[in-house]
Amino acid sequence: MPGILTPTETERRPERRPQRRTDDPDHGDHGNGRRPPTDKRTGGGGDGDNWNDRPQGSRGPREKLKRYRLGVFFALAGDLMFFVAIVSAFFVSQASGRFDAYNNYINPWLPTAIPPVLWLNTAVLIISSVTAEIARRKMFHQFDVMEEWFGLGKPTSRRAMPWLAATAFLGLVFLAGQWLAWQQLNVQGVFMRSNVSSHFFFLITGVHGIHLVLGVGALVGALLSLRYSQQVENRQIIVDCSVWYWHSMGVFWIFLFALLAFFQ
Amino acid sequence: MSANPTPNPAQSRSSATQKPRSLFSADHRTIGRQYLLLALVAVAVGTVLSLLMRLHLTWPDRVLPFHGPILPEDYLALVTFHGTLMVFFVLTTAPQNGFGNLILPSQIGARGMAFPRLNCASFWLTTLSMMVLLSATFAPGGGPISGWTAYPPLSAVASAGPGQGMGMDLWLASLTLFSLATTMASVNTLTTVVRMRCDGMTWNRLPLTVWGWFTAALLSLLAFSVLLAALVLLFCDRHAGTSFFVPMGDVVNGVLQDAKHGSGNGSPLLWLHLFWFFGHPEVYIAILPGMGLTSMVLANFARRRIFNYNLMIATTLLIGFLGILVWGHHMFVAGLNPFAGTAFSISTMAIAIPSSAKVLSWLATIWRSRPEYRTAMLFALGFVSLFVTGGLTGPILAQPILDQYLHNTFFVVAHFHLIMAMAGAFGLFSATYYWFPQITATAARPGRLMSEGLGRVHFWGTILGAYATFLPMHITGLEGEPRHYAQLTGIPGQAGHLMAKPMLMQTHITYGAIFLVLAQIPFLVNLVWSFRNGRLAGENPWAATTMEWKPGLFLADLADETSPEETISVYRGPCDYRDGNNPATFHPQWVSESVAE
Repeated sequence: MPGILTPTETERRPERRPQRRTDDPDHGDHGNGRRPPTDKRTGGGGDGDNWNDRPQGSRGPREKLKRYRLGVFFALAGDLMFFVAIVSAFFVSQASGRFDAYNNYINPWLPTAIPPVLWLNTAVLIISSVTAEIARRKMFHQFDVMEEWFGLGKPTSRRAMPWLAATAFLGLVFLAGQWLAWQQLNVQGVFMRSNVSSHFFFLITGVHGIHLVLGVGALVGALLSLRYSQQVENRQIIVDCSVWYWHSMGVFWIFLFALLAFFQ
Repeated sequence: MSANPTPNPAQSRSSATQKPRSLFSADHRTIGRQYLLLALVAVAVGTVLSLLMRLHLTWPDRVLPFHGPILPEDYLALVTFHGTLMVFFVLTTAPQNGFGNLILPSQIGARGMAFPRLNCASFWLTTLSMMVLLSATFAPGGGPISGWTAYPPLSAVASAGPGQGMGMDLWLASLTLFSLATTMASVNTLTTVVRMRCDGMTWNRLPLTVWGWFTAALLSLLAFSVLLAALVLLFCDRHAGTSFFVPMGDVVNGVLQDAKHGSGNGSPLLWLHLFWFFGHPEVYIAILPGMGLTSMVLANFARRRIFNYNLMIATTLLIGFLGILVWGHHMFVAGLNPFAGTAFSISTMAIAIPSSAKVLSWLATIWRSRPEYRTAMLFALGFVSLFVTGGLTGPILAQPILDQYLHNTFFVVAHFHLIMAMAGAFGLFSATYYWFPQITATAARPGRLMSEGLGRVHFWGTILGAYATFLPMHITGLEGEPRHYAQLTGIPGQAGHLMAKPMLMQTHITYGAIFLVLAQIPFLVNLVWSFRNGRLAGENPWAATTMEWKPGLFLADLADETSPEETISVYRGPCDYRDGNNPATFHPQWVSESVAE
């Protein structure tokens, strides 16, 4: 491969694919307009190492990041349907009763009084979302990314790691709080099998808890990658995707908590 | 006439050795083939089970070798396994994940799926799920007996019958794994279509097959999540003492269930809502890829543009959208509010509009075109035929008042076997004949075509067998033959008198089914024979326009991803056959000028 682009090649390119925006390296990423300096590989435009010469989907870090992010969003859309199904079952069960032998209409739904610790848990989860977002932004801080690109250590990891660790810790605190709420209900004699509403209380907190366990797992994976992964793109992707997942679980919880607290 | 210089064979062989062919390969073609092989095993098992059901219905006293007589619970277990295998592991797996993985990335000009490792994981999760399902046969009490729909309360109570204990738990575990695997696969498909399209591949230049896969992936993302929620609720009812689906005062096998299921207020109808919210989109997940393929194959062999391409895209999406609004038509006799029944009836009949638009486009595309009747084309025409035959009974069953009578009769069995099972299978057959070069080609060996002679025998045998088996079921259904009954002969009294008439046709239907199964032998022979000895396909054997036939694309996608290579570009929409001035030329998507046939 020639070290620099020869004039003939430069002239051939636009002729081969006329009037394509992507021929212009400056328009290679038609994304959100903020193209980080790491989008272009060094080696400068003539080694066949340029944006246009690499296949779609693996041209630059931004493109790969957006692919993974989109995957997470699709998965979260499916997950949203999972919760929507459970919440609709909640409303259907709440509204349905039966007739007994004397033709009296009976609705055995007894609202489950939520333990007050849930308010605290909700606050913890909201705070954890804030720390997660700070960690995510640290990964994209332009000066730090550029320093990494010049080979001056891993400042993005160094700055993001405490915030991410704090998020994982707060997540564990939330899970412990949920466990405490279950214990408090059990002490009051309320179990999953007690009433239709308690079925739903334990089911909803349970499946949301499983999602958060997976989320803490993702955060721990992200922490490990911050420690061990050399490539800044990969670290950005795993932190970004874990954090978006974490935010969504926070938003899901706010709705689920509102459902349990106010709509029983 | 290719935009690519063909790489020399030595080079391609060396690049092939860089990617070892392992069982856990992340290569999309390998995974596609693995899915197809899995589906082939599933369809073989499912077919044998259906044959056993037919034999038992016709000659109930026959004793099965190595098993003994088929007891009623054995028959119901056969029904369950047949339905579960066919719906999930054949009709969901093969078109969407099998051919989807094999063909979709090439058709959009991508080198692979968006998440190759996730793809591998979803395949092995699917395999695990099938193994768990089949292991239910060996559970104490045998396999589950509640059908693939698993209606509670009988599916929620372990003592409801043999196989409802451990067998049902294994069924639940299997479907849970399958839901997760399918959700992962559809995330992969959706991301691939959205983010991995090559230069110039705009949305309305996507082949209709890709639109089919895309819409089906959207549906499975939404539907399988709801199924997963329903499975979790059912699991809780079985093991956590809840009563989501078990009503108060329910007596199963003489035992009151109240003590076991809390102070419940459950409703089996809730399961029906959740299950059919998944179950009806599932039908379209199975058939949409076949619809897309039919359009493309008809256009290819008729050398015509697809009639009203953009409308076909719109109808694909509209069928998908309406498909999630019609689940209630499975529940007309389940105690649904009659007003809700009317609403579901209207939405169901509305689906006939985009479906008819599709049929009209298929017919208009081939109208007076003197198509070339290759086997792939024959199966695509068979798809249209079965889609019309099976579809015409749809609006009949969509009437709540007619469904009162027809529900759970063989009329319904005939309807969904023609439109879902047979049309789905014809789509798969068409895909197999059409894409066999893609299935067989690797870096080391060239792609081959299937034998046309055996293909014709297979087609005529299959379409005659399909109609001979399923058309008479309409009549026995109208005469009142119910589904899910292990034995309808030798019943004393009035019931036996009522059943006498539909029973006359049982022998005929069974012989039809045997003929249909025997007609698959040429197909299997053809697969095995053509794999080694089939005619070499060469480049673009059907003179097709879509990107999977682009010369050199296949080798390019084996090459190291980071190495500099030619970009892939698309210049036009698909199916640009027959230049106005020169009918012998056509325009593949990947070249800017026309190509002679």
